[in-house]
Formats: sequence, structure tokens, C-alpha cells
Amino acid sequence: MPAGTLYRGREGMWSWVAHRVTGVLIFFFLFVHVLDTALVRVSPEAYDDTVAIYKTPLVNLMEYGLVAAILFHALNGLRVIAVDFWSKGAKYQKQMLWTVMGIWIVLMAGAFYPVLQHTLRTLFGS
Amino acid sequence: MSTETTQAAEPEDAQVTLYDVDHPAPVIEPPRARTGKTPKASRTNFEMYGWLFMRLSGIVLVVLVLGHLLIQLVLDGGVSKIGFAFVAGRWASPFWQVWDLAMLWLAMLHGANGLRTVINDYAERDTTRFWLKWLLYAATVFTVLLGTLVIFTFDPNIR
Ligand code: HEM
Ligand code: HEM
Repeated sequence: MPAGTLYRGREGMWSWVAHRVTGVLIFFFLFVHVLDTALVRVSPEAYDDTVAIYKTPLVNLMEYGLVAAILFHALNGLRVIAVDFWSKGAKYQKQMLWTVMGIWIVLMAGAFYPVLQHTLRTLFGS
Repeated sequence: MSTETTQAAEPEDAQVTLYDVDHPAPVIEPPRARTGKTPKASRTNFEMYGWLFMRLSGIVLVVLVLGHLLIQLVLDGGVSKIGFAFVAGRWASPFWQVWDLAMLWLAMLHGANGLRTVINDYAERDTTRFWLKWLLYAATVFTVLLGTLVIFTFDPNIR
């Protein structure tokens, strides 16, 4: 890592860091995901046994984390696009970041039960 | 302006203006003009198209990926329902085959181009950069081809 990469250190930099980290994370997930999906060409059992891993509590929690990463990357990506193409984009970049975070929190709250219901139901009964 | 400077009564050598009729300003080349000496790699607009592709593919991916996550993780009991039979049901429809194919290609190319930027930023040694990118391109081509093959050759009656 080059020394002294702390650029200004305000919201704009941290949203850029988060955008980069989530982007790389999603890419690595996608690589593994295409490999696990490819098991449908091996046998139904091979596929189902592997998908069972997705249903364990720890991995289920990681899926919630994946949703968090993708929702942030998607919403902030739209903000970056607005900054580049909308004439007032740069002026309102900070307001747009707080809007992104607001929508993110609402969607994450809404996704909590649906995404984790498998774990919640197996851990705490029906 | 010019009259003021010529009228000022100052020693001649203190009065040297930078440019005049006898000393014309040097011609400044447009910074990105292509010449015969421009390295081959920078004679095209590749980086600009890459920049544009990140934005266009991003907009499409919002629909494709968030829709995919909604179906796989939120609706109908979340992950519980996923299994071979579920995939067979979905890929029986050309609509979802095309959806997944577009998502595969766009997400992989968008992600790979993004990672290329990240490698360019952090890998400072030429050889490190070369090998990291080589690994990235190999993994990308492999993943895109495998995913495409899986969608086109899927067989619900594999056994
Ligand atoms: C943990 C969350 C996820 C689950 C449970 C999941 C589940 C699935 C399932 C069951 C399939 C089989 C085909 C289908 O039903 O459409 C599939 C295919 C696919 N998914 Fe996901 N997915 C997840 C996240 C993602 C994400 C975040 C992306 C994109 C970045 C993605 C991209 C794809 C692609 C490209 C295919 C087609 C694979 C191929 O061509 O072989 N998935 N996914
Ligand atoms: C869900 C919709 C998505 C949107 C709206 C989106 C938007 C964007 C935009 C606009 C950029 C360019 C940022 C810049 O030039 O500063 C970008 C970068 C990036 N994206 Fe996405 N993207 C999406 C999905 C994905 C997916 C599925 C992946 C992974 C497979 C991904 C991985 C990356 C990476 C690695 C970068 C480079 C980050 C950097 O250079 O700092 N993105 N994204």
C-alpha cells in the first residue's frame, strides 16, 4: 500500500473506500457463487449438499452481510452516477450520501427477518 | 493595459515582457493529442469506454442483482426453498435464463474492470501488476464461460 493515501478524510473519501471494499467483496462472492451453481451439472445431490451450507446460521448471517454490501454498493453507485451526470450532482453529493444511508437502513431493517428467517425458525422453533 | 506598460518610465531590462512580437509564446500541444510517438496502449479511448461501461452496467445491475436477491433471499421463505428442484423450475423459463445470463456477463465484466482499477492503484511493481491482472483475466474468462455453459446445458433430468 502506498503511504499517505488518506485523501481529505471526509464523507466523500469514506464512501469511496466503502464502495471499493464492497465491490471487491461482491466480486469474490460471485466467483464462488458461479462455482457452487455449476454443481447442478454434477448431480442434484452435489448441489443440494452444497446449498445446505447456505442454510447454516453462520453463513445465513453472512448472506445478510452480503445484502448489506450490495445494497450499499448499488445505492452509492447510483449516487456516483448522479454526481457524474447530473448538473447539480457534485453540489448535492453530501445530501445524496445521507439519503443513501437512510434508504440503506430502512431496507436493511426490512430485510432482517426475510433473510434470516431460516436461521430464526430453526433456532427458535416455528 | 499595453499602453500603461510601455509608458512606464523604468529601466529597459526591468521591462522585459514575457511574450511580444519578437518573442511569441511557445505553442502548447493539446495535452492528450495523439502523435506518432504516443504509446500504442493510449491511442484509443479505452479508459473512457470503461468508465462509461461501469455506469451503464451499474444501472442495469441494480435491477438484475437486487431482483435476484429478492427472489433468492427474501420471497417464499428466503434460502429455505433453494435446491436442485427450485433451480430446475426457474431455468425452465427462458426469461430467467436470459436474466441470469445477462447478470453473469454484466456483473463479471463490471467487477473485473473494477478490480483492474484496484490492482492498478495498489500494485506498484510492474511484475506484480502484470501477474495480478493475468490472474484476474484468467479467473474472469473461466467464470464467465463456466456460468454460460451451465445455463445453456442445464438438464433437469440429469438422473
Ligand atoms: C446469498 C445470496 C444468493 C443466493 C442464495 C443466490 C442463489 C442463486 C440460485 C439458486 C441460482 C440458480 C439459478 C436461479 O435460480 O436463478 C443463482 C444463479 C446465479 N446467481 Fe445468485 N444468489 C445469490 C446472490 C447472487 C449475487 C449477489 C449475484 C451477483 C453479483 C448473483 C449472481 C448469479 C448469477 C450470475 C447466476 C447464474 C449462474 C450461472 O450462470 O451458472 N447471485 N443464484
Ligand atoms: C448493483 C448495482 C451496481 C451499481 C449501481 C454499481 C455501480 C458502480 C459504479 C458507478 C462504479 C464506478 C465507481 C467509480 O468510478 O468511482 C463501480 C465500481 C465498482 N464496482 Fe460496482 N456497481 C454495481 C454492482 C457491482 C457488482 C455486482 C460488483 C461485483 C461483481 C461490483 C464491483 C465493483 C468494483 C470492484 C468496482 C471498482 C471500485 C473502485 O474502483 O473503487 N459492482 N460500481
